[in-house]
Amino acid sequence: MRGMKLGPVVSALLLMAGAAGAADVKLAYVGEISGSIAVSGGNFRDGVILAVEEINAAGGILKEKIALSQLDTQTNPGVARSQMQKAIDGEPYVVLGPIFSGNVKATMQLLQQAEIPHLIGGEAGELTTLGDRFLFRTSFGQQIGMPKIANFIRDELKAKTIALIWVNNDFGKGGRDNLMKQLAERNIKLVADVSTESGQVDFAADVVKLKAANADAVFVYSNEEECARIMREARKQGLKGPFVGDTTLLSQKTIELAGDAANGVMGHVGLTADAPIPAVAEFTARFQKRFNYKPDHNGIKGYTAVYAVKYVTEKKLGKFDRKALAQVMHGLTIAPKDEPAILIETTWDNVGEIDRISFLAEVVNGQQKITKILPKLGK
Amino acid sequence: MADILQLLVAGLATGAIYALVAIGFTLLWQTSQTINFAQGEFVMLPAFFVLIAMSYFGLSFWPAVAVGTLVSIIVLGALFKRLVVDPMIRHGVLPLVIATIGLAILMKEAVREFYGADAQPFPPLAADINVTILGVAFAMQSLVVLAIGIAAVVALQLFLNRTRTGRCMQATAQNPTAARLLGIPVERMILYTFLINGALVALASILITPIYLAKFTNGEWLGLYAFIAAIVGGFNQVRGAIAGGLLLGVVDNFAAAYLSSQYRMALPLLILIVVILFRPQGLLGRIEERTV
Repeated sequence: MRGMKLGPVVSALLLMAGAAGAADVKLAYVGEISGSIAVSGGNFRDGVILAVEEINAAGGILKEKIALSQLDTQTNPGVARSQMQKAIDGEPYVVLGPIFSGNVKATMQLLQQAEIPHLIGGEAGELTTLGDRFLFRTSFGQQIGMPKIANFIRDELKAKTIALIWVNNDFGKGGRDNLMKQLAERNIKLVADVSTESGQVDFAADVVKLKAANADAVFVYSNEEECARIMREARKQGLKGPFVGDTTLLSQKTIELAGDAANGVMGHVGLTADAPIPAVAEFTARFQKRFNYKPDHNGIKGYTAVYAVKYVTEKKLGKFDRKALAQVMHGLTIAPKDEPAILIETTWDNVGEIDRISFLAEVVNGQQKITKILPKLGK
Repeated sequence: MADILQLLVAGLATGAIYALVAIGFTLLWQTSQTINFAQGEFVMLPAFFVLIAMSYFGLSFWPAVAVGTLVSIIVLGALFKRLVVDPMIRHGVLPLVIATIGLAILMKEAVREFYGADAQPFPPLAADINVTILGVAFAMQSLVVLAIGIAAVVALQLFLNRTRTGRCMQATAQNPTAARLLGIPVERMILYTFLINGALVALASILITPIYLAKFTNGEWLGLYAFIAAIVGGFNQVRGAIAGGLLLGVVDNFAAAYLSSQYRMALPLLILIVVILFRPQGLLGRIEERTV
């Protein structure tokens, strides 16, 4: 009798175990869900979520649904390391993020040792110079973007002097160093070099310093929230522009937070939801419908990262193999005709650096308006 | 010279906000021996009440401000006293302090969880224009913040000194036992203090959030600055809180401009240490003695 009762129970348990064991491919998002970079990290994460939902609805990758785990670095390198270790312990196929360059630097060695490919949102120039064969960017490094914006300052603005305000973290320092080099090569003088802190809220004193410099143009290089606060303070104090930046100054979140203060800013954007490309417009509409806000470039980064992984796994490998994925991605070009969700033709070089077309833009009436499309460097 | 004047006005504007928050600290301490380490979060929260009133209930800005202020007075004033202070104070000051630290964490994380981690824009009180006075251009927003801050402080001082209720509140702060013997409803006076603090933090929130954006982390630094201002000025004197707040705002601004943004916090902390060492009652505070 006892054996008869036990049989169905054992069968049920085996069935449940079998169902739980059905293969899921694990992806881990380790990024800035809170802290001073939460704006960027949240956008990236939501782009990832949208891609995962779409892919799972279509059957997954190689018929395996994606199981996405999300871990918050709190924009803190110490927390990022522990969260990354936790993610690695879960044996993900790929890690997406972090976005904050400081957190990327703090965690990349762990991923390199675990031989897990990681598609990062960080843009600090040095990240691809550290010999990590498993690291891949999802947007330009500063060493790609800064020459383009320096050319714009020289050729379009015809500015001879620049006042620079930048955020004192890995992202800001890398951008500042790159920009200074590019400006020097073009005989443009840096007349103010104002460093600010990540998470800073009061920029009154910094804007006074910029005013005193009386430069031909002001270059703002900080994270989105700080860019918005700087622009509000700048307009409040009547600091005359033009105001120039790279990506973050013109991002959707900066425009939303700065309001009218963002109108008139100009700069280079590697990726933008306002790109005059139908696939990008369709993505933006789907993202907005899903999350009730317009994505910035970080949303596109997260979204295309997942689809890049899908494309390589299905079309190039035919299996889940982390090391092989990393090898294949070096030197790979994915075109929209091969994978429409990549949105824009994307190439990775042998150090994980990315190459795409990019854009010059200006903020007009609260909207980012593309003024020029710049070709890929490789063309 | 123009830069110095602009920094001074901007510093005074920020300092006026610190002063409002610091006054709340001192009032609560004087009347009820409450040290509220959630005071920074108390300033962070009303902005979100206003945003909720605008985005979820469809109110325009000024009605939303009125609703947000009323909710702040009730929640951060009356409910705070009833649910946190009254049960904890009978166990002593330290348990209450720890409770307010826990409350600060709860409020911060609740906003992050239920509203969002991103910063939110907040409508400005004045246009983004400059006003030229004596040949120097000042930001209209800074002038408006300074004017409202000064008006609030003056109104509060008039209330405390020139009205019967205000004098009763002062009597309660000085000696609750004697005040009770004189027929002053001490418990009601203490409640009024909490309600006034609720209004002060709401005002500070509405003044500061257009510039700094609404974010769940705003309370961390605001609370710290206001606490330093209250200690430096004198924890048992409202005028000390005012002086401390204004001084801190100006010092912080000049430190950022002429020292470094990285070390701007160092100078106020240095002043705090010097004051504690050499004048622990604060610049305008009075020495308190206790019988044992």
